[in-house]
Amino acid sequence: MGRKLLLDNIGVEGIRYYDAYRKHGGYRSVEKALKTMTPEQVTDEVKKSGLRGRGGAGFPTGMKWGFLAKPAGVPRYLVVNADESEPGTFKDRYLMEFIPHLLIEGIITSSYAIGSNRSYIYIRGEFAWIDGILEQAITEAKNNGFLGKNILGSGFDCEIYVQRGAGAYICGEETALLESLEGKRGNPRIKPPFPAVKGLWDCPTVVNNVETIAAVVPIVNDGGDAYAKIGIGKSTGTKLISACGNINKPGVYELEMNISVEEFIYSDEYCGGIANKKRLKACIPGGSSVPILPANLLLTTAKGEKRMMTYESLADGGFATGSMMGSGGFIVMDEDQCVVKHTYTLARFYRHESCGQCSPCREGTGWMEKILLNIDNGKGKMSDIDLLWDIQRKIEGNTICPLGDAAAWPVAAAIRHFRDEFEWHVLNPEECLKKNYGLANYAKPLEIVA
Amino acid sequence: MAEEKKIFKITIDNITIDVEPGTTVLQAARKIGGDVTPPAMCYYTHLKGSGGKCRTCLVEVAAGSAADPRPMPKLVASCRTNVMDGMVIKSLTSEKVLDARNAVVEFLLINHPLDCPICDQAGECDLQDLSYEHGTEATRYEFKRRTFDKEDIGPYIQLHMTRCILCYRCTYVADQLTDTRVHGVLDRGDHSEISTYISKAIDNDFSGNMIDVCPVGALTDRTFRFKNRVWFTKPMDAHRNCDKCCGKVTLWLRGDDVLRVTARKDQWGEVQTYDGKPGWICNACRFHKKHKYDWEVEGLTNITRHSVISQGKYPGLKMPKETIAEVMGGKSPNLLMDIHEISGVNDPDIDLSKIEGPATSNTFNPDP
Repeated sequence: MGRKLLLDNIGVEGIRYYDAYRKHGGYRSVEKALKTMTPEQVTDEVKKSGLRGRGGAGFPTGMKWGFLAKPAGVPRYLVVNADESEPGTFKDRYLMEFIPHLLIEGIITSSYAIGSNRSYIYIRGEFAWIDGILEQAITEAKNNGFLGKNILGSGFDCEIYVQRGAGAYICGEETALLESLEGKRGNPRIKPPFPAVKGLWDCPTVVNNVETIAAVVPIVNDGGDAYAKIGIGKSTGTKLISACGNINKPGVYELEMNISVEEFIYSDEYCGGIANKKRLKACIPGGSSVPILPANLLLTTAKGEKRMMTYESLADGGFATGSMMGSGGFIVMDEDQCVVKHTYTLARFYRHESCGQCSPCREGTGWMEKILLNIDNGKGKMSDIDLLWDIQRKIEGNTICPLGDAAAWPVAAAIRHFRDEFEWHVLNPEECLKKNYGLANYAKPLEIVA
Repeated sequence: MAEEKKIFKITIDNITIDVEPGTTVLQAARKIGGDVTPPAMCYYTHLKGSGGKCRTCLVEVAAGSAADPRPMPKLVASCRTNVMDGMVIKSLTSEKVLDARNAVVEFLLINHPLDCPICDQAGECDLQDLSYEHGTEATRYEFKRRTFDKEDIGPYIQLHMTRCILCYRCTYVADQLTDTRVHGVLDRGDHSEISTYISKAIDNDFSGNMIDVCPVGALTDRTFRFKNRVWFTKPMDAHRNCDKCCGKVTLWLRGDDVLRVTARKDQWGEVQTYDGKPGWICNACRFHKKHKYDWEVEGLTNITRHSVISQGKYPGLKMPKETIAEVMGGKSPNLLMDIHEISGVNDPDIDLSKIEGPATSNTFNPDP
């Protein structure tokens, strides 16, 4: 049984409310930080912990805070990115819905470290019922003296505001989020300048994921070194994984980053194996944007090592044979799933969510969707597969924000690993409408190249 | 303490040039000029915040700066990247850049109607030039292109959204030149569109400039629509005293009729600057002063000889001296028929550079 740092008290009755949360050790980190530590010391603990951003890119949080420009007389802001819209990822929603005070506590502590007197939670528009939960938690925290002026007599002021988005995936990109928060159209900004220098209202800003900010609480409570001891290598601490798809026990799991992918899928403590006694065909380990992996590459790396649930191990082999930890949306597909249809679904999503600002993404995503729809409907040509490859190659890396990459990677990985399934669709236009390609040889043991 | 003025050295395609700090890579390349200059569809010097969107100006950074000579992993938009001292840029010399540029042209064209034969912008269209230089001859796109209905925005401007490449320049004009912003971008992705929010007419003095900044034929002058092909007109610089704008314009004439009035453009297709100020013109000058007597004509506009428009103006034309036989190395050309025998058009006695406007049948046959 792995250690839990974030979801330890999730089963406690009434943990959503202040009284129960406080009784179970809540707001200790605020007391510790504001009374005994300087902001620099808090930042140092986060640096020591090796905490990496949980939103997808995995950038070290302490380093990000360290980059923050601190010109005199200019306010700094902490913005919490709660615009969790990645298909397959629902860990932040779970955290905010059931243990909102953990986030509020993390924000207060982090705001103290950064020097932000006004912090924002930008929450996804579709989470219509959660902003109320957060507002209530903020009110409770305020009534108990953890927010407002002169918190705990330390002289530190902090207010938290909740802002709901309007239902655009692109607003999860940090600069588009800032534009939207400023009341403008949510188009990503051109970087540089980065938000650490010019962010919200042109002031230095830190944008962090909900889970990242929540993880600051145990780091401050127990110290960065203790946090760094959990996990393997540079993947320290615990990670929330939202598992879904054809598994027996879908849900949000907190795991120490030292277990294998195989254990995560098949052990009863976590996913509990593939549903309906089917076999594993493929899996997207980190939310819809990251490359899909066939079963054989998912469980073992190309070098023949066991693949672990860590940033490094999931990315082992690069995009040729690996994937990414991403935002922790673990989508499992069994032998009955069609990779072509699945890729089309994702392409449709990215076409719909492209902001339309830069040309490769705006035009390329729509083009890929149309081709994939044709292949899925048995109207594809062999040349379409190569064309798809060419289009994704020309989108990737040429866009303003990572949405272009996120649209290109799933298509690239699907063709890279499942090309025979695409070809089968082209060659059997009638049959592909009635049945699926099945497991094929995607789960066969790898040929190990020494 | 007097600070010494810093000068940055930047190398673009092996050509080194000194520029001031704060210059963008694109501006530095324009200083060098010629082929190394990346094309730019959305960047516009005089519009703050423009650029970075079309991705045609992507370049490779082979060395970030003298202090940190690491190359950048991705191609960068030259219009929004500031020069660092000792930066090394690859534009034409990079396969990656040419490939990306080719890709962007393809992307821009897949939803463009390619209705150049009926488009007023043809002949002065940035997208035509771009696809001519960097595109491929055929499209790989086999689907229906996105279309929109034409929309009149105000009495003078027509929006033909189907042709739009979403460069956002016109929205910056609306933001920065006119007093109240009345238009912007609706929707997102490949179905996003420029709109005046529920077709509210644009009615302010400088709105006409959005026609000038439009790189394609999406925003056209309603007083000029279908009047003429631009290469049949003769551009003349002219000015008048205007209390609203600089009053310096280009008149597009056919005979003595003023068909159209635009701001004067520099070699990069942007409005010229006078004393550091961009020479935007007001709607009165653009749409209401359509007679030659409204203007003091200065002379012919200098148009690059590569432009199709230059065929409407002959003065200064250099006649080739060589005979065809010389060009072909002594061989005589293989003619299907000798047009000299059946048409006066090639009459060697008529020097086209001596006449002012486009040649007409009268030139060759004055007394029918």
